[in-house]
Amino acid sequence: MQATESRSAERTLFDKLWTAHEIVRRDDGDCLLFVDRHYVHEGSFHAFNRLAERSATVAEPGLTFGVADHYVPTRGSRSAIANPEVARMVRQLADNTARHGIRLFGLDDPRQGIVHVVGPEQGLTLPGLLIVCGDSHTSTHGALGAFAFGIGASEVAHVLTTQTIWQRKPKRMRIAVNGSPGPGIAAKDIALSIIARIGADGATGHAIEFAGTAIRALSVEGRLTLCNMSIEAGARCGLVAPDATTFAYLKGRPFAPQGADFDRAVEDWSGFASDAGATFDSEVQIDAADIAPIVTWGTSPEDALPIDARVPDPAQEPDEARARYLREALDYMGIAPGKRLADIAVDRVFIGSCTNSRIEDLRAAAAVLAGRVSKVPGLVSPGSSLVKQQAEAEGLDRIFRDAGLEWAESGCSMCVGINGDLVGAGERCASTTNRNFRGRQGPGARTHLMSPAMVAAAAVSGHLADVRPLIAGRKA
Amino acid sequence: MDKFTRLTAAACPLMVENLNTDQILPARFLKWPRSQGLGQALLRDMRFDAEDREAVDFPLNRPEWRKAHILVGARNFGCGSSREAAVYALYDYGIRCVIAPSFGDIFAGNAVQNGLLAAIVSDDDAEVIAAALIHAPTLPLTIDLEQQTILCGNRTYTFAIDPVRRLRLLNGWDDLDLTQSYAADIAAFKTKDGIRRPWAALPRATAPRPSKE
Repeated sequence: MQATESRSAERTLFDKLWTAHEIVRRDDGDCLLFVDRHYVHEGSFHAFNRLAERSATVAEPGLTFGVADHYVPTRGSRSAIANPEVARMVRQLADNTARHGIRLFGLDDPRQGIVHVVGPEQGLTLPGLLIVCGDSHTSTHGALGAFAFGIGASEVAHVLTTQTIWQRKPKRMRIAVNGSPGPGIAAKDIALSIIARIGADGATGHAIEFAGTAIRALSVEGRLTLCNMSIEAGARCGLVAPDATTFAYLKGRPFAPQGADFDRAVEDWSGFASDAGATFDSEVQIDAADIAPIVTWGTSPEDALPIDARVPDPAQEPDEARARYLREALDYMGIAPGKRLADIAVDRVFIGSCTNSRIEDLRAAAAVLAGRVSKVPGLVSPGSSLVKQQAEAEGLDRIFRDAGLEWAESGCSMCVGINGDLVGAGERCASTTNRNFRGRQGPGARTHLMSPAMVAAAAVSGHLADVRPLIAGRKA
Repeated sequence: MDKFTRLTAAACPLMVENLNTDQILPARFLKWPRSQGLGQALLRDMRFDAEDREAVDFPLNRPEWRKAHILVGARNFGCGSSREAAVYALYDYGIRCVIAPSFGDIFAGNAVQNGLLAAIVSDDDAEVIAAALIHAPTLPLTIDLEQQTILCGNRTYTFAIDPVRRLRLLNGWDDLDLTQSYAADIAAFKTKDGIRRPWAALPRATAPRPSKE
């Protein structure tokens, strides 16, 4: 799995990020890397328990940030949480961060939100940083040119204690998306198209750099969605080289360098790009014009097809193991073999999660929903309390409410099935989340992943639907 | 951490592609401390039906495999969520080794931290080993980490594992002890880094407020 060193002096963006954090490189290839930012959440309690067992202290509490997101309720009282187990999880994080002098964006903080929304929004996530969090979607932060990846509880304990982490250098993969996507195509469509093509393990052992004109044209919000989903292709991390779009996004963010320090930083950050002749261990080329609105039909993010397609028919599948996989996935999802995707009726919709809950996502959904009514119930949970505020200032909450959807507080909400927001057993949900795993949104829940605009299209149609006719002639 | 050197034990085939950590440990058990007994939560929604009755067809529920210490899985075993409790659940159930053609990256890292061997074999070998077990369910497998071999009946298969991870498992090393031996290097890095990357530090104005009384 160890990547070979580039023979030439040209280096990839990933090589540069790696070198900048290398404290020790052992002969066996294991490297000790410095961690610039460490985000913790309610689920980090195993690691704090580990510290308590060893009577250990946190090496760099100033570089560690707590965010309450996984368990927080999005409806009902947030100051007096009704469910005692959920209340205990939220309180436990507050206790652990207070004990170690770690700043917490808790429920009483107006900046609270999903950790992968809050980090970039606050300017904590910056180009050139190494960022870890005990959450697989930490890959999100690579959108700003940071080397960011999810870790387990033992590693969280290690980072808390030492502010460092042992890593083997992954291989480098470049996914170039060139050309112009058609109207109605979002970063989520690009991400799902890539995963459908390379598979849910297509990038295992690799750091992905997303490049090409279609990536350059994406907003930071779109890049965050794309890098967020890179873990669903198995990647160690996803990256987009920082550029003018990145710098404009970061300028003035509370925890980013300010004034002249910012300008100096931009000079340094501009060097975080792959050199022209740098070589990658693998390359994938995608034409943006070929990407259609895409939805998942099965129980892995790789089970994704353009909305005008039909779900597979196991009877037509020559490979026996593959046919069995298709049968089991379709059986769980309650879909007849060969059925047209656009004929699949949904029971509810969800807009939210670290994948698609930023202001641009809410605008895209609202553009479809404006003046229309949802045929099914649904929940909209903004990615942070600040996103919620902004959406309300823009009147988006009214559009969602007028369409019949519920406008909730910020948190991981219906993506994780642990905070009270659940999809019922056997229910089918069109969702902007990242995982269509069995039971992910609740035991027995059936999830179809898609972009916010496509979820809005499903809402107003009552079934999976192509968003393009619904936005024709509308202002996006 | 317990060492892993050699193991001869019953092995259960579980040939499900993309068996993610949400399946291995369903989210509702994430609140549990490990002391609550995560082994009972392992693969809960596959081992038990909605009425909490054992699923008779599920391999781990078969008498020959109920006490298996080895699982044979399909590609991308342990993909998805970073939850280390998925490894706790496997380990506390009694699983010491998972054999599969590929593993989720974070899962494989979590496994080595807890003394669980994630052994990589080819797709074909995984299929052949699983088929042999289905044909002869009581056939034990012998895993030799030193030699990186799996003995199945009279056939021997080799498996891959990152050499550093192999050493850690063989010796039961703890990362923290290793890191502490590099304390001087860490200190030196931080001094140099402050000059090299001033923008990596947080602006002074954002220093944490004194904690509430």
